[in-house]
Amino acid sequence: MEKIPIIKMGDFLLVSIQVDMHDRLAMALQDDLTIRVAKERSKGVLIDISSLDVVDSFIGRMLDNIAAMTRALGTETVVVGMQPAVAITIVELGLSLENIYTALNVDKGMALLEARMKASVDENDE
Amino acid sequence: MNDTFASKIPALLAKYETDLLEEWIKAQLDATTLRKDLLSSADLRRSSDEFLSLLRRAATTGNLLNLNAPEWLPVKDFLAGVSRSRASQGFTPSETATFIFSFKQPLFTRLQEECGSDSRALAEELWIATTLLDRLGLFTAETFLSSREDIIKQQQLEMLELSTPVVTLWNGILALPLIGTLDSSRTQVVMENLLQTIVETGSEYAIIDITGVPTVDTLVAQHLLKTVSAARLMGAQCIISGIRPQIAQTMVHLGVAFGDVITKASLADALSYAFKQMGITVLRKQN
Repeated sequence: MEKIPIIKMGDFLLVSIQVDMHDRLAMALQDDLTIRVAKERSKGVLIDISSLDVVDSFIGRMLDNIAAMTRALGTETVVVGMQPAVAITIVELGLSLENIYTALNVDKGMALLEARMKASVDENDE
Repeated sequence: MNDTFASKIPALLAKYETDLLEEWIKAQLDATTLRKDLLSSADLRRSSDEFLSLLRRAATTGNLLNLNAPEWLPVKDFLAGVSRSRASQGFTPSETATFIFSFKQPLFTRLQEECGSDSRALAEELWIATTLLDRLGLFTAETFLSSREDIIKQQQLEMLELSTPVVTLWNGILALPLIGTLDSSRTQVVMENLLQTIVETGSEYAIIDITGVPTVDTLVAQHLLKTVSAARLMGAQCIISGIRPQIAQTMVHLGVAFGDVITKASLADALSYAFKQMGITVLRKQN
């Protein structure tokens, strides 16, 4: 069965979705990612969906679920590079995706995660 | 009506062409609907003359009632041209239709003279003449309206293109000054434009300025919120600026809320907020 690769980059995990997401693939990604986050004790997850042209309500909810699950494991998820058409679709579908942080590209997403890590360290120090 | 009745109209048109033309032009000049400001009498004479000669040629075939026949094609083309040019010049439909309908009086007078005391033939002739001219008149009105619609459609399209510019204010800050009423189709164009520019420029902040939007009701607010949510999903932050005091008041009375979207009174405030978020400070040069 095909799988979406999860790449470890320092403290972060990078997932680049480059094939059309079908439901089974999405479920497999959900499993793999949560297991990897727990195993690697990652500080953040980046999901790059810039080559994804079509997102349905199931995939939208799955992205939100992944973010909620990683948050439960103490890690933030940033979805990066969402296409305009996909963003419009998600809004028109009425999905709120409230657990998700977003960024324009991987660079900015990584900067966002680093800033959040720093903020949480500062909080702990106080 | 029987179509085999041999009408005198074709012969009449050929015989009295110049007289009919003079009388018709006089009738048009006397009509209260004549627009002397838009149409010179020379133009009127030229188009009347051309129409009359085309009508005469079409009528010689003897077919006076079936306008779909090929011999009427030149007449219809000419009338379509007249309607189109009058529509773009700003004539009203009745002013345009009068061009045809004012021909009735001179033609009827001639028919009356020609038929003399034969009232049955006169009735027959009048019926044919009036049907013919009514059909031509209706055709004129129809072309007039369809060309008016085309003009309106084109203007709407132009407005849509003109009214949604996305401006780069700073490296990483976009501005979208909205002018005019926001409806669904315009919002769609605005949204797509903005999101596309966000992707192209990699801007993290977008300021939507609604100074030029006359009213903000629940529908407009919903459209704006959709745009803001879509931009947020892509990783850009939207600031809504240019909310005038009256609009703020009506929004509160209507119960319209922008939720957790950042709103500022002016574009300047929004820009300075974006500067602050990006860690940019603007300093006056000391000298």
